[in-house]
Amino acid sequence: MDIDLILRVYPFFLEAALVTIQLSVLTTILGLICGALGAAARLSRSAVLRAIGATYVSLFRGTPALIQLFILYFGGPQIGIQLDAFEAGVIGLGVNIGAYMTETMRGAILSVDKGQTEAARTLGLSRWETMRKVVLPQAMRLMIRPLGVNINALIKGTALVAAISVVELTYTAQRYIGSTYKPFEMFLLSGALYMLIIYITGRAIAWLDRRARIT
Amino acid sequence: MPDVPFIEIRHAAKSFGALEVLKDINLTVDRGQIVAIIGPSGSGKSTLLRAINELDPLTSGEVWLEGVQINKKLPHRQYEKHVNQVRQDIGMVFQHFNLFPHLTVRGNITLAPKMLKGLTTEEADRLAEEQLAKVGLSEKIDEFPSRLSGGQKQRVAIARALAMKPKVMLFDEATSALDPELVEEVNLVMKQLAEEHMTMIIVTHEMDFAASVCDRVLFMDQGVVVEEGPPGVIFQTPAHERTRNFLRKHLARAAGQA
Ligand SMILES: Nc1ncnc2c1ncn2[C@@H]1O[C@H](COP(=O)(O)OP(=O)(O)OP(=O)(O)O)[C@@H](O)[C@H]1O
Ligand SMILES: [Mg+2]
Repeated sequence: MDIDLILRVYPFFLEAALVTIQLSVLTTILGLICGALGAAARLSRSAVLRAIGATYVSLFRGTPALIQLFILYFGGPQIGIQLDAFEAGVIGLGVNIGAYMTETMRGAILSVDKGQTEAARTLGLSRWETMRKVVLPQAMRLMIRPLGVNINALIKGTALVAAISVVELTYTAQRYIGSTYKPFEMFLLSGALYMLIIYITGRAIAWLDRRARIT
Repeated sequence: MPDVPFIEIRHAAKSFGALEVLKDINLTVDRGQIVAIIGPSGSGKSTLLRAINELDPLTSGEVWLEGVQINKKLPHRQYEKHVNQVRQDIGMVFQHFNLFPHLTVRGNITLAPKMLKGLTTEEADRLAEEQLAKVGLSEKIDEFPSRLSGGQKQRVAIARALAMKPKVMLFDEATSALDPELVEEVNLVMKQLAEEHMTMIIVTHEMDFAASVCDRVLFMDQGVVVEEGPPGVIFQTPAHERTRNFLRKHLARAAGQA
């Protein structure tokens, strides 16, 4: 193993890791927004909204994220959507993971005991007041861990945007392989950095989960 | 309104799909009256109780409280507003307490009065203290439900319902989920409410309790009220064979448990 090479190139990989982190954070935010909207639609009283939510989920979970990304980035200009690679990456991955988060959030909301809703409605709270004050606070706690699983998948999924030339960890590894012919070292280095990001995120989520459970 | 019954249920019928759970039930309850509903499992007791506050809306028939029809047919929006309003007058206590686990005892009791009656935090706190004192749990005000025993949870659930100053209280087997040694503390609270002339409809499997606090007992079977009367009559000299059968079986089971 060429340790010297690793020591020479690692600052560039750190920079790339920063891009991966940015991608992950923005994708998570967009995913949470899409997930919340999707879950609201899936649980809505309106049949139209429910159908829209269900279509969103089955469309984005039923096709490869890579294809979705390609459609957006390469196909987008054909229909007047011009995005740079980073924007396309965030939007493509965010909307994709949002479909998974939709199901996570919906599952958490549905798993709150029905008796909770009944008790709140019996006191005179409206559907929305019940959701806001009774169901959601409990569902939030239930969804931290499964959302963590989604976020874990999303961080690894950011590697896909290398295919549209976003200069993040995977793309950077490929670029240095082109000039050094050392795929083992280069992929090992990027893999280690992914692992670090995922480890820290995992700890943060475990911490949030513990905090939410205190009562 | 002297001529308007306090609570009136007229020709109540309810089906879940093809299953007829309530069949033409008629019932009037006067203000301050305490009515027990007894009957075998699946006879429709909970469904009847839950029809009174529109948790399980009737398929047909009417429910009235003080001259206001609870189950009015209205366009969706108006209906929601209407039930949210009338439910404030109808307290309900569930078998499994259904306390809000993410809120303290105080939070459980003050949530609805603050949101629906516009009470300030101080007013709501005072109300919570008052209601908790009544059920003998003043010192638990800042505990979370998970730290309470079953009996304490149910007493908090009663305090939470009472904080809305309901006109009537519905109890659906309030003590059935409790360890035997915790039943009495909840029964005591209910007896105290009876002494204060709270109107109550109580679904129960505890015949002794029904006999000691209730003015009337309804025996239900297969979706109909088979017979009703004062506890002395229903428990001592029931007119119907089905009632006698039920009570005999029930006594045998209770004796077997003791
Ligand atoms: N939501 C529902 N959907 C379908 N069937 C239901 C529903 N709720 C109740 N039932 C059925 O209606 C019948 C009456 O139920 P109900 O809960 O009112 O009985 P109960 O007298 O309260 O019995 P128990 O003493 O066991 O509580 C039962 O056969 C039950 O299975
Ligand atoms: Mg029942």
